[in-house]
Amino acid sequence: MSANESAPPVVAGSTNEPVVVFEDVSIGFGAEPVLEGISFRVERGETRILLGPAGVGKSVLLKLVNGLLRPDSGRIFVFGKEISAMRESELFELRGSIGTVFQEGALFDSLNVRDNVGYRLMEEHLPEDEVTRRATEALRFVEMEHTLYKFPSELSGGMRRRVAIARAIVSDPKLILYDSPTGGLDPITSTTIIELVMKQRDVQHTSSLVVTHRLQDAFTLATHRFSREKNGMEPLPPHTADANTSFLMLHNRRLVFDGSTAELVHSDDPLIRAYLA
Amino acid sequence: MQVGGYSGGISGQGSEVRDQRSGPACRTRRGKGGAPACATLKLRSGSGGYGIQSAVSLMALETIDTAAKRGVLAVQEYTALSVRAVSNIFRQPFYAGDLFQQADIIGVGSLPIVILTGFFLGCVLALQTASSLEQFGATAFTGQLVSMSMIKEIGPVVTALMVSGRNASGMASELGSMIVTEQIDAMRALGTDPLKKLVMPRIVATVLMLFFLVILSDTVGILGGGFVAVAMLGQSGSQYFHTAYQSLEYMDLLQGLIKPVFFGLIIATIGCYFGMKTKGGTQGVGRSTTQAVVWASVLIIVTDFVISRFMIGIFGR
Repeated sequence: MSANESAPPVVAGSTNEPVVVFEDVSIGFGAEPVLEGISFRVERGETRILLGPAGVGKSVLLKLVNGLLRPDSGRIFVFGKEISAMRESELFELRGSIGTVFQEGALFDSLNVRDNVGYRLMEEHLPEDEVTRRATEALRFVEMEHTLYKFPSELSGGMRRRVAIARAIVSDPKLILYDSPTGGLDPITSTTIIELVMKQRDVQHTSSLVVTHRLQDAFTLATHRFSREKNGMEPLPPHTADANTSFLMLHNRRLVFDGSTAELVHSDDPLIRAYLA
Repeated sequence: MQVGGYSGGISGQGSEVRDQRSGPACRTRRGKGGAPACATLKLRSGSGGYGIQSAVSLMALETIDTAAKRGVLAVQEYTALSVRAVSNIFRQPFYAGDLFQQADIIGVGSLPIVILTGFFLGCVLALQTASSLEQFGATAFTGQLVSMSMIKEIGPVVTALMVSGRNASGMASELGSMIVTEQIDAMRALGTDPLKKLVMPRIVATVLMLFFLVILSDTVGILGGGFVAVAMLGQSGSQYFHTAYQSLEYMDLLQGLIKPVFFGLIIATIGCYFGMKTKGGTQGVGRSTTQAVVWASVLIIVTDFVISRFMIGIFGR
């Protein structure tokens, strides 16, 4: 079964429409350009892994997708709507369909885990019981339901990331943005987080954009799938990669690669070879 | 760069100023044709003393120019944040729960310091005025001077300064910490406008609570003055309170009650503005906190002068 066949209901536009489209997008801070002429797409049900060295503008690109930053030039479409031309008040509504996992989790430190995860539901004035039920459900997905009434300060770095993932998925978003979800974590915890990203990709078939500078995480995501039977990830057959997972690479303010796992691995570009080495 | 939302707007434009300040002028300020401005300065300096003088003058002008632009930009950002936050009072959703929580923190939390400072200010006012009035045999007017001073000036200003020290700093540090840990971005990403959720309740709560705190401070101040007048100076309590009451006119009360509205607005908007434009981690949070208290205090005193002059101009007292 392909991912597109079981894709979740559409928020806006037609089902064939890409979830994210960047058209010649540029942004700078002051006199310093950060991203120049960026164009790419994220199709429905697709997972795009954004690679690049630290400080190249990966997080900036992610913030452009949900309108936290606006481009200096170019156009950005999300669910068929041009967000680069939308007002902030209109963006708040659109962001309801986008889940974001921030680099350090960005949990509200004065709220407990239940309130953090159920924040969006509480803003929608859902009944308290419903908030608790859905927050618990999301936390169960990341195997963190035992932390419901703990505060973020009582959790480890890896646990906080898992709670952040639960917060991102609680309202069943159609697009998830992961900003270095494994940054600063130990290898075992990183694998757990990547497994959760994979689970969301293969179980819910949610479109996603995953920012990382850790090649190991990127290739694990591309060469493994989530098995419901094992309740864990398992490798795909040798020399195969997930068809709905592809790569983008940023270097020196520009997008230097946009293609599949095989194309990335067999690329002759010296820059990409050096990065993969 | 255009940035979405008020906090992004502050961040984006602020970064331009920071770039100009943090690096040498030649890195960011380019002359025509892309040549760095400092290259021109170096060439001129080679032609002798006059060249060096010109270069120094140019650099000084550039520094003044940058500082002026930064100041104008800050005023623009502050005004935009304040107007947008206040206009949110009339837009849905209205965060009543957050408003009550802030009212509790700002109002109830400030009660002890406001009562203590108000009482002892009244005490010291009675002591000082009585000793001055004694020279003219007019100690009977102690109550009048204490009540006029407390209600028109000292009550509003000192209470506002106390609340500013406690709450402007609290707001700046709380919002600043949320900025540096990306909690504000997370809030926006979750579809909530931080100006509605965080800034608007703080402004409304501060204005409302400061109004009542000032009334309380005036009351305990006059009581404190009465205590000193009766217990320490041997004056008649009935005379003290009679002169304190009789000398007051509605315009005095109006002046004393208008001021806390402006002061409350200053405390909350300054605290939130510096919190929302925080940069640079924990050090940045500390800097924002200090700036918030300093600017709120200065603006309170300046505004006090402006309102007093305005009221005296209109009502003659």
